[in-house]
Formats: sequence, structure tokens, C-alpha cells
Amino acid sequence: MDNEKLGTAIVITSGKGGVGKTTTSANIGTGLAALGYSVVVLDADIGLRNLDVVMGLENRIVYDIVDVVQKNCRLKQALIRDKRHEKLYLLPAAQTKDKTAVSPDQMVELIGDLKKDYDYIIIDSPAGIEQGFQYSIAGADRAIIVTTPEISAVRDADRVIGLLEANELHDPKLIINRIRPDMVKRGDMMNIEDILDILAVDLIGVVPDDESIVIATNKGEPIVTEERALSGRAYRNIVRRITGEEVEFINLEADEESKLSKVFKLIFGK
Amino acid sequence: MDFFKLFTKKQEKSKNVAKERLKLVLVHDRSDLSPRFLEMIKTDIIKVISQYAEIDEAEIDIKMTKMKKENNESPVSALVANIPIMKVKDKK
Repeated sequence: MDNEKLGTAIVITSGKGGVGKTTTSANIGTGLAALGYSVVVLDADIGLRNLDVVMGLENRIVYDIVDVVQKNCRLKQALIRDKRHEKLYLLPAAQTKDKTAVSPDQMVELIGDLKKDYDYIIIDSPAGIEQGFQYSIAGADRAIIVTTPEISAVRDADRVIGLLEANELHDPKLIINRIRPDMVKRGDMMNIEDILDILAVDLIGVVPDDESIVIATNKGEPIVTEERALSGRAYRNIVRRITGEEVEFINLEADEESKLSKVFKLIFGK
Repeated sequence: MDFFKLFTKKQEKSKNVAKERLKLVLVHDRSDLSPRFLEMIKTDIIKVISQYAEIDEAEIDIKMTKMKKENNESPVSALVANIPIMKVKDKK
């Protein structure tokens, strides 16, 4: 490594499970690496490791985060280099331990070490607000909250916003995931304004519900590098906003229409 | 009139139902004190009561609950403290 860096650690959290934290972590990490930054994505979900499969790196794991913390190996030995991006690394969670295996203090130390060598540390937090949440936010400089337009996910996001504030992690950013423009249009799904109205945080991205994410995850290739996918574009915009760039939000409803009109054109040749 | 309404009243959008329910539930969620805040209150209460009595610190139980008033309106938040007193101190 060259000179000592001073990287930024960002925790991806939600409270509720199943809203897309891991997919978001993988895409943000990969997207930042694609822009040329050096990145470590850290799976903090000890006992329920998953970031490895989402990134397609599950076959390369030798050591994990608990090995690092317990000094069974050096930090560099546990980092797995990504298949496509040279400056992207995964620090996997342990699968056979539980969330008592790492303390907040150990996490602060670990992330402090990583920040010396990498531009961004993306921490994929476990669901819930117990121990796992506590240690995963311990070393973070910033927080991104992932929610979906469902009442349960928004409620939990609100709880997490309060907890982050209580832990002195201020000004979290929000990602609204899996929005369905067709349902929003019908009035059967809360729209972006509805959710922002309730949560009172800044928005950093909106990701549409997209089949190509499922397909990409099946293959272990984050969608962010998929040029044509709308969700990929949404993630690329989020990544650019993280680096401080101002990027306009995609008008998903307009996009829905244009997609439809394209289909019409194909069918009717208009 | 009701018959007429049947045809004219538009079905309420389900997202508005969600938003209203969410707003209500968050009013209650947010009124709860954080565990850290409760711990601070507990420490201060111990400090004050200890001036007058010996208390069993390990057995102190302080929590937030929802209580219904007598007139049975919507429940209000209440701070409930159970403080076992072992011995009242002699007053000078």
C-alpha cells in the first residue's frame, strides 16, 4: 500500500430483515470499486453469513472476521479479493460463531485498521437492534438505512434512525428499495414523498423492484455493473452520491411509461 | 343518501391507509424513552432517594408503560418505578 489513507466507514442497516441490506452492501461496494476506489465490504452478520454468496466469493473463504479479531490470522490474510475488481475486498462473517464473538471495541479497532489502507469500508449490518447492530455501527462514520415501501420496514427504519442518533451517528441517509412504480401509480404503495414525510431523513437513492437483481444474485454478480438494468443505474447513482457528487434522481414513473411505449412500438411498429 | 354514496365514494387508496396507520404507530414508538435515557433517570432517582433512605439498588425496576386513564381514553405513556426501601434514614 502507498501512504496511509483515511478511509470512510459506512454501515448499511435497516432494523427489519429481508429489505435488501446485503444486496445494497454488495452493490455499493462494487460500484465504488468500479469508480476506482479501494473498498472493503465487511459482513457483520456473524452466524448468518451471506455477503459472500451475493458477491460470488463463497468458495474462496479461508479466514473470517472472528479469526481476525481473535488474532488467529492477520487482517490481510482474511481479506478476499473480488473476481473482477482489483481494489475490492470482502471480509467475511464467521458462520459457526454467534454475535457475542465480536465486541464494539474490537470492531472499532478493526475498522480503524482498515481505514488506514482503504478508501471505503462498507459494513453490512445484521437485522435487528441487538448486539449485532451495536457492534456493526460501532466503527462507522456514516450510516445508510435501507427500507422498502412497506409499513413494517418503514416503522423499523424509524426505530433505527432513533438508535443511530442515540449512538451519536448523525445524519443517516435513506435508500428506498424495491419500489414498484406501477403500484405507486395506482396508489397501492407509499411513494417516496410519503416515506420521507414520515421518516424525516435525507434520501440517497431509490431502487426499483427489478427481476434482474434476482438474476444477478443467482450468478453472484452485483447488478451495479450491469449497464442496461434500471436498478443497476439506480445503484450507480447512489454510489456517485456517496462520493459527494450531486446526481439527479431517476424518474421511475416516467421510465415505466417509456418502457411501455417501447413495447407498444415493438408490437405495433409505431 | 347511503345508497348514493355507494357509487360516488371512491375507494380509499391503500397507501393512504398505510401512511395513516404508520403515523399513529410511530407516535407511540417515538414516545418511549431509550434504554440509555432510562438508565440516566434511574441513576438520578437513586441519588435523590438515597439522601432519605437506604434502597436496594439491585432490585430497582424502572420502565415505561402505557396506562389507560379512568375515563378510558387512549392510553398515555407512564414512567413506573418500583424502588424497594430497606431503611428510612434518620432525619436530623
